[in-house]
Amino acid sequence: MQEFPGILAEARLWQIVVLSLQVSLAAVALASLVGLPLGAAIAVSRFRGRHTLIVILNAMMGLPPVVVGLAIYLLLSRAGPLGGAGLLFTPGAMVIAQTVLILPIIAALSRQAVEDAWREYEEQLRSLGVDGIRAALSVLWDIRFSLLTAELAGLGRAAAEVGAVMIVGGNIDGVTRVMTTAIALETSKGDLPLALGLGVVLIAIVLLLNAGAFLVKEAAQRRYG
Amino acid sequence: MILPLKLDHVGFGINGRTLIEPLSLEIGAGPSTIVLGANGAGKSVLMRLMHGLLEPTCGRISWSEAGARRRQAMVFQRPVMLRRSALANVAYALDAAGIRNPEKTALEALAEVGLAHLAHRPARVLSGGEQQRVALARAWALHPQVLFLDEPTANLDPGATHEIENIIRAFDFSGTKIVMSTHNLGQARRLGDEVVFLHRGRLAERAPVAEFFRQPASPEAAAFIKGEIPWV
Amino acid sequence: MGLIIRVLAAMLLSMPAYAQQRYITVASTTSTEQSGLFKYLLPIFEKKTGIQVRVVAQGTGQALDMGRRGDADVVFVHAKPLEEKFVAEGHGVRRFQVMYNDFILVGPKSDPAKVSGAKDIVAALQKIKAAQAAFASRADRSGTHFAELQLWKAAGVDIEKEKGPWYKETGSGMGQTLNTASAMNAYALADRGTWLSFKNRGELVISAEGDKRLFNQYGVILVNPARHPHVKKKMGQAFIDWLISDEGQKAIAGYKIDGEQLFFPNAR
Repeated sequence: MQEFPGILAEARLWQIVVLSLQVSLAAVALASLVGLPLGAAIAVSRFRGRHTLIVILNAMMGLPPVVVGLAIYLLLSRAGPLGGAGLLFTPGAMVIAQTVLILPIIAALSRQAVEDAWREYEEQLRSLGVDGIRAALSVLWDIRFSLLTAELAGLGRAAAEVGAVMIVGGNIDGVTRVMTTAIALETSKGDLPLALGLGVVLIAIVLLLNAGAFLVKEAAQRRYG
Repeated sequence: MILPLKLDHVGFGINGRTLIEPLSLEIGAGPSTIVLGANGAGKSVLMRLMHGLLEPTCGRISWSEAGARRRQAMVFQRPVMLRRSALANVAYALDAAGIRNPEKTALEALAEVGLAHLAHRPARVLSGGEQQRVALARAWALHPQVLFLDEPTANLDPGATHEIENIIRAFDFSGTKIVMSTHNLGQARRLGDEVVFLHRGRLAERAPVAEFFRQPASPEAAAFIKGEIPWV
Repeated sequence: MGLIIRVLAAMLLSMPAYAQQRYITVASTTSTEQSGLFKYLLPIFEKKTGIQVRVVAQGTGQALDMGRRGDADVVFVHAKPLEEKFVAEGHGVRRFQVMYNDFILVGPKSDPAKVSGAKDIVAALQKIKAAQAAFASRADRSGTHFAELQLWKAAGVDIEKEKGPWYKETGSGMGQTLNTASAMNAYALADRGTWLSFKNRGELVISAEGDKRLFNQYGVILVNPARHPHVKKKMGQAFIDWLISDEGQKAIAGYKIDGEQLFFPNAR
């Protein structure tokens, strides 16, 4: 364990941490861009097959990262349909894979949150002539601080998964190596203390983000009720 | 003018349970209408049918003009406030109605209900009475021809109730048609010109207020008045 | 909305992949990566040429598949027959031999199969099978796995048919397999480079080494640009040329762990 502080102080570790956050946050942002309106739209609308869609969405929260990774790999491979973009083994590919992975989480959780709020708001908004997309967006905006929970669930999943980023990123040193793939690599090198140390750093970061979000939510609750 | 509102054999049920037995009713301009009845008589359902929040399971509801949707507003028993300032709540409704420069109108409406000084406070941290006043300002700002009020004071203390009643009266004087449901006989007397009495989902009686209280035509109304009076 | 998109774009563009334009992708093996060779070697090459080398470390079989799909510019692996097949099928331009090290048999100190110090790897494997002593196999189509299968064949054992509960197929990389062997006190075939840099040895020691059949040759191949036009032919070939140049060969020989040389250059 004695070499531990030295390694933690390395610029390389910092770079890995930053890349992890960049990739996962970008994935959360992209997944939210699609997932929040999608979840809200499902929450406020009634159509045939809605229940089926909700069940599928909920089930997809448990998508195996390796399967997502493999699917994206095959899409982005030079031999695959999107190979021309040359995205494989770049952080961009990792963002795409994680976006696919956490989109169902953000959509499903925001669907639940919006639906709960919708029960309260529906009559008032309909009375004001607000419906459809506009109603969905209004509710989304109104419960935005509650949606932090959905965002955090997505971020936690993205930051913690190794299967998808390993496959589409390739764990390239200095390019696509993130916290989880670095942990996997150190484990396979038998350097268990370092792997564990990196794990502690990862958990600390996730904890910090959660604490920050919790404080924001609390403050918002006091401010807006 | 979107009135009169005509209900032609309108009934409503859900999951095989009848909540409103088919009834016919014409609500004209002018006198304020009180929908009176005990809890569970179907007052709220009738209000929602008239306002268009519920579709009748049978019969027809019609306004005398097209585009009536935009000319009416509703205030609910529990005010629904968005997580933003009182002013923004009112402005939201104006914006939804396509009214330009909503902030200015919204502020005027808040002043009208005596809440100009709380305009920038988050609506959800206001008291129940204040929230209901914001809801009234929100309705007022839209200048509706008809205002539906569904037991607007049922959750409020006497002081707040008094304030709300004053505002409703001001609405009435300004020419807005008031359609309000209540189970409170005193309130019906204070604010109403005519009473539509519901008993277990059935239209039992319709009469001018004075006549209704002096000599109810239906035994149900008589029993209701008798039972209620001690608590007025 | 516009703000979100701009922030996203800024985040993506600040990622290292986009900052660096001159790079090649090399599909290589876990042994070269996990032994630390690349960490030592690549900065020397990058400093000289300005070409960044991005290594995706997998088993040899997977690395060659990567080349087949055109997802790598260069493959750097260690299974000569598979490499020759790769070139013969037209996926690679030409195979260059770069360096070698050797495989070793590691096993628990207690040595249940009594193979310690054996010079004859084939006899050692036969003893392990006879004793039904635990053996951890990569089972991942890697170069090491390929070599292990060849050795079983040489020992007259049809491992597919004769394997029992004692034969543990980990289906994972060299390091993971060594972790498994260490945890279960099993024997395992490993490349010396990974073993030397491996830290979680537990009770494991080298049980057998030195047999010439444990020779482990590495080769490097440019993926065929005729088949995959986007292959960075010039930079890829520059990397290969450097590896087999005197300078590159010296650099390979210079990589040591605790004074012990891991790879022996033998370019031809």
